[in-house]
Amino acid sequence: MRRFSFHPCGNYRESYRQELSIFETDFGRAALIIFLSLFFFVVPFISSPYMLYILNTIGIAAIAAIGLNILIGYTGQISLGHGAFFGVGAYAAAILSTRLEVSFFLALPAAGFITAAVGMVFGLPSGRLKGLYLTIATLAGQFIIEYVLIQWESLTKGTMGIILPTPQIFKWAIQGDRAFFFLIFISLVLMTLIAVNIMRSKYGRAFIAIRDNDRAAEGMGIPIFKYKLLSFGISSFYAGFAGALWAYYMISITTEPFNLGLSVEFIAMVIIGGMGNIPGAIFGATFITLLNELLRYLTVVLMNIQFVINWGLNIAPLKEFVFGLAIVLFILFEPRGLAELWRILRSSFRLWPFSY
Amino acid sequence: MDFFLQLLVNGICVGLLYGISAMGFVMIFKSSSVLNFAHGELLALGAFFFLALITWAKLPIIGAFFLTLIGCFTLGFLIEKFFLRPLIGEKLIFVIMLTVGLAAMFKGFILLIWGGNLHTYPSFLSDSLAIDLGAIHIAPVYTATMMISIVFLVIFGLFFKKSAQGIYMRSVADNQKAALSLGVHVRRVFALSWAIAALVASMSGIVLGVMNGVNVHDLSSIGLKVFPVVILGGLDSIGGAIVGGIIIGLLETFTGGYLSPSLRDVVPYIVLVFILLIKPYGLFGLVEIERV
Repeated sequence: MRRFSFHPCGNYRESYRQELSIFETDFGRAALIIFLSLFFFVVPFISSPYMLYILNTIGIAAIAAIGLNILIGYTGQISLGHGAFFGVGAYAAAILSTRLEVSFFLALPAAGFITAAVGMVFGLPSGRLKGLYLTIATLAGQFIIEYVLIQWESLTKGTMGIILPTPQIFKWAIQGDRAFFFLIFISLVLMTLIAVNIMRSKYGRAFIAIRDNDRAAEGMGIPIFKYKLLSFGISSFYAGFAGALWAYYMISITTEPFNLGLSVEFIAMVIIGGMGNIPGAIFGATFITLLNELLRYLTVVLMNIQFVINWGLNIAPLKEFVFGLAIVLFILFEPRGLAELWRILRSSFRLWPFSY
Repeated sequence: MDFFLQLLVNGICVGLLYGISAMGFVMIFKSSSVLNFAHGELLALGAFFFLALITWAKLPIIGAFFLTLIGCFTLGFLIEKFFLRPLIGEKLIFVIMLTVGLAAMFKGFILLIWGGNLHTYPSFLSDSLAIDLGAIHIAPVYTATMMISIVFLVIFGLFFKKSAQGIYMRSVADNQKAALSLGVHVRRVFALSWAIAALVASMSGIVLGVMNGVNVHDLSSIGLKVFPVVILGGLDSIGGAIVGGIIIGLLETFTGGYLSPSLRDVVPYIVLVFILLIKPYGLFGLVEIERV
């Protein structure tokens, strides 16, 4: 039996193995296990359906945000097309399960792989372009995919939308918020685990090298184009997987939600959560989803106050304003996002009473 | 043939509008290499200020026009001072997302005050500006647009070639460090370029508003259409913005007229991808060779 290790007061790592460990201390691991078991065995049984709905939305957004963080935060390539990739995943799952009657088990990863292929097509310009030119190329990708989704009516039924069948695992139909809670959060845990481990591998290190200095990375023998494309692929896989989950959860989908606004929301999650930080993406997804939900609630409340009605004010755009304000404030005052705030909070507890 | 000619004329007119909308964008990029995603909202702010001044404050047209220009000049200056300056030297994504955040803020602000409906200016252009050439009819707005864009091209050409501030701006665009060490006040140049860009944007916003009516959603989508225009023309070329605008305008009207109206809005972006793959620095852009 190993001893529980405490936080060292400095960097005493002696091997690469220690450097690569996921948890700095065994307490971190224990805390995570306790948190997860509470989360899975208590939360779904005490939450109202509305709470579960919010949690599920957060979970789906978090999967997409983790994927985008691999691309933006780790590889340094900016994509403005992830809203559309999310839509591609949703439509792939919908078409596979209605037209080809592929079982839900296969349709989820298949949607991910289809989206990965689409994402890699739109990542192709990264072979020649970087920085802002690549960003503009993905912006074009967003509009082109949106157009295809709306206009290719024989496949996507255009603006009518598609209704998905109830997903089934063996004989057990997944229906209702609680069943989806387990599906979504087990997926989230798995996807987080995969992402964390990709980042510890050769691939992750290559991504980081490309982000930090692409010329030096090339000089060290990393085939940049291949890895950039791979990063686009992985990131789109996550977006597509999340999109497929979303499609099953929402039951019916239309082309409407997958617009540039969604892409911007995903990027906001990555930035507000913390770039280059996988738990950060989860924090960011939580923050943005809660903010959206809070603002929606606030709008409804304010709309019913007589004073506001008398003034003839329309409060709905307040949502857009506050959303923009949150992005601006985070970039100006805490560009490393919520993950950094969380680290500061933890370390000031740990170092108490000598916290700085 | 008449249909073709009418489409041609319409395309050029729409293109000129894109071109002058893109000019402000190019100004900002040229001096501070910031991609401004809030450009459409700057257009909208200008158009709505003007609307407020002539309908609520009931000012005469000329006075309202100049007040709007002054207001937007100040606004551009303030945006640079409070939002962009802290980000000098930061990563590209932060700068891009900051302008995206500003865009959401401005759009929310405009929607809060004016709502999402279509507003129109009282008409003030005289009908004598209309040109009729046989079957082709050019509305007075288009003539005014053409005149304004030519005037602005000349003014900006002179400003960049002759005036001291213009030369400072070009030097900063060319090489920031060299400009700093030669004694150019780089921060002032940044502030000035944002101020001028907002001024140009507000003017284009007014022109667009006169033509299509004032609506936030339309104006902000034009802000995104600026991207194909400037990439085609070259990100740092003001003349290129006009040429790119005309080409994109023609492409749009011809696809709308001959192929299908629904393809109209997406054609510029398809073209954009091809330009980026073949000639990323556009027709008139400065080619920086960097092999990776």
